[in-house]
Amino acid sequence: MSSAAASSLILHPALVLIAGALLLPFLRGTARNVAVLSAPTLALVALWLLPEGRLWQLQWLDYPLAPLAVDKLSRLFATIFALMAIVGGLFALRQQSRLEIPAAFLYAGSAIGVTLAGDLVTVFLFWEFMAVGSTLVIWSAGTPGAWAASRRYVAIHLAGGVILFAGITGQILATGDAGFHAMRADSIATWLILIGFLINTGAPPISAWLPDAYPEASWSGTVFLSAFTTKTAVYVLLRGFPGTEILVWIGIFMIFYGIVYALLENDMRRILAYSIVNQVGFMVVGIGIGTEMALNGAAAHAFAHIIYKALLLMSAGAVLAATGRRKCSELGGLFHSMPLTTICGTIGALAISSFPLTSGFVSKSMVTQAAADGHLQAVWLFLAAASAGVFLHAGIKFPWFVFFQKDSGLRPPDPPASMRWAMILFAFLCIALGVWPDPLYALLPYTIDYAPYTAAHVITQLQLLLFSGLAFFVMLDYLKRTPTITLDVDWLWRIAGPVAAQSFRDALRITREGLNEQLLSGRQAMADSIARHRRPDGLLLRSWPTGGMALWVMVMLLAYLALYYLR
Amino acid sequence: MKHRHWLDDQGNVQTLWRGFLVLLALTVVAGFFVDMHPHFEIERWFGFNAAYGFVTCLLMILGAKFMGFFLKRPDSHYSRDQRDE
Repeated sequence: MSSAAASSLILHPALVLIAGALLLPFLRGTARNVAVLSAPTLALVALWLLPEGRLWQLQWLDYPLAPLAVDKLSRLFATIFALMAIVGGLFALRQQSRLEIPAAFLYAGSAIGVTLAGDLVTVFLFWEFMAVGSTLVIWSAGTPGAWAASRRYVAIHLAGGVILFAGITGQILATGDAGFHAMRADSIATWLILIGFLINTGAPPISAWLPDAYPEASWSGTVFLSAFTTKTAVYVLLRGFPGTEILVWIGIFMIFYGIVYALLENDMRRILAYSIVNQVGFMVVGIGIGTEMALNGAAAHAFAHIIYKALLLMSAGAVLAATGRRKCSELGGLFHSMPLTTICGTIGALAISSFPLTSGFVSKSMVTQAAADGHLQAVWLFLAAASAGVFLHAGIKFPWFVFFQKDSGLRPPDPPASMRWAMILFAFLCIALGVWPDPLYALLPYTIDYAPYTAAHVITQLQLLLFSGLAFFVMLDYLKRTPTITLDVDWLWRIAGPVAAQSFRDALRITREGLNEQLLSGRQAMADSIARHRRPDGLLLRSWPTGGMALWVMVMLLAYLALYYLR
Repeated sequence: MKHRHWLDDQGNVQTLWRGFLVLLALTVVAGFFVDMHPHFEIERWFGFNAAYGFVTCLLMILGAKFMGFFLKRPDSHYSRDQRDE
């Protein structure tokens, strides 16, 4: 086969990046910095040299597997993951932890591996590697909080992996086909796969793992974390479950969950973590609507979202690295001394709010448009309210409380050059994609016929957003930050679970002690009675007089005689 | 502070506020002159998006505030399980 020789020359982009991750710990200084930037760049080049189709095929047991399969959708996601690894690596160059970047590259490489997997077995393998890589990223922050959070995080993701594994096994057994293509949630196996995927999107009821874990990573670790897990989950939903109606309502729940919890939150990076759930909600709604416009919208929004969310978390990371503070109630007035971070953070905030001329405007509006085209008025009204709500909880709230509001008196400088350039690069992309969306549209899985910049659309969006801004400032008293957190379902496994386990242990101990006591007294009574009979003077062991024995023998002989005569 | 930023001047902040309010009015007035391509009947109402954005945001803030009464805790709430074990 001639293509076999050609395909053996093909490099798997995921393996390129993972090989880089394994090499990095042995490098120091400039060589290491060069490797940090070139490993994901090589992966990106390798990706774009790949033709479309199932490139690697192999037989495992009875199933044909395709560990490397490329089409437009997988190339779109793999591209943004590689880009994120490059710019994230640049941002994290000065990170002291020697573990974080290799872990992040293992994580990013595995995410690329999922997007290029043509079968469910490969999806599962890379899915688990992602869980390992991301846990190491959280862990490498090195604080007790991060250690505790990483253990909760890995527990959730391993449990999700078990559910996914059960689903994949069932699906392969039922259909005899290990290929990864669109499924319908109509059997236990496909439901398990869907649930496994949804856990990683941050879907209810356990969205809480995301804002619990991500903000505990280092100033650069959270930037990586924001990109891969949730967007890989969006990718597998796009490929596996397009048009599954329940996703519309799950997505709408995620959107409003993110808004309400972010409004109540005080920690700047937890605000942004909640808004990841919110933004992924928009994508999940698009996947649930399932028309070509909606799926294009979900894919484009994932692409744009990774860039502006990373930018927002970079600006938050710069503030954290410079001040060591995370709480809005302790920040403010930083625009005085961090002008570049302020501008880049604000551009990210405008992009997440879908302001005209930013990337969010040209991507999210496709999902809204798909809802309108499908005459889904309720969904459309929710999405419109949510658009206004995004500006409220992330678009204004984040930059306002961190960079403006009261003057905290802090005057930290802008971050070092590597961090500045990473922010500038992504800020540029946020604007560039908004002004000139055609290159992004060309990457989308379906041919697109959509013009975002109509006068009606721009004015509609400006009205929604600016009046949302008015509401923010009118209600500012209600939004004053307090040093509080908001209870979420993670309460169940952080407080209720341990308390329940403790009280179960206590109940067990009490029961055991009670039982022991009763058994002991029973045993004691038995022992006493045995001892009573077997004491030297007890019934069974005391010495009997011989006369007594002769008397009893005589009685028995007499009885025998009497019976003999009676017969 | 040796160096005062132009945003530290209350006068400039006032000007920004006025500019913002003018912008708000302009976006609503623009609805008169542009065909808004409404998808749904409700969108035909004049200034629908402006009012909808404002009112839904108020509701979200009040809703969050209401939830906060029940769910807010001091941020040391979980400090017990943050300890290294």
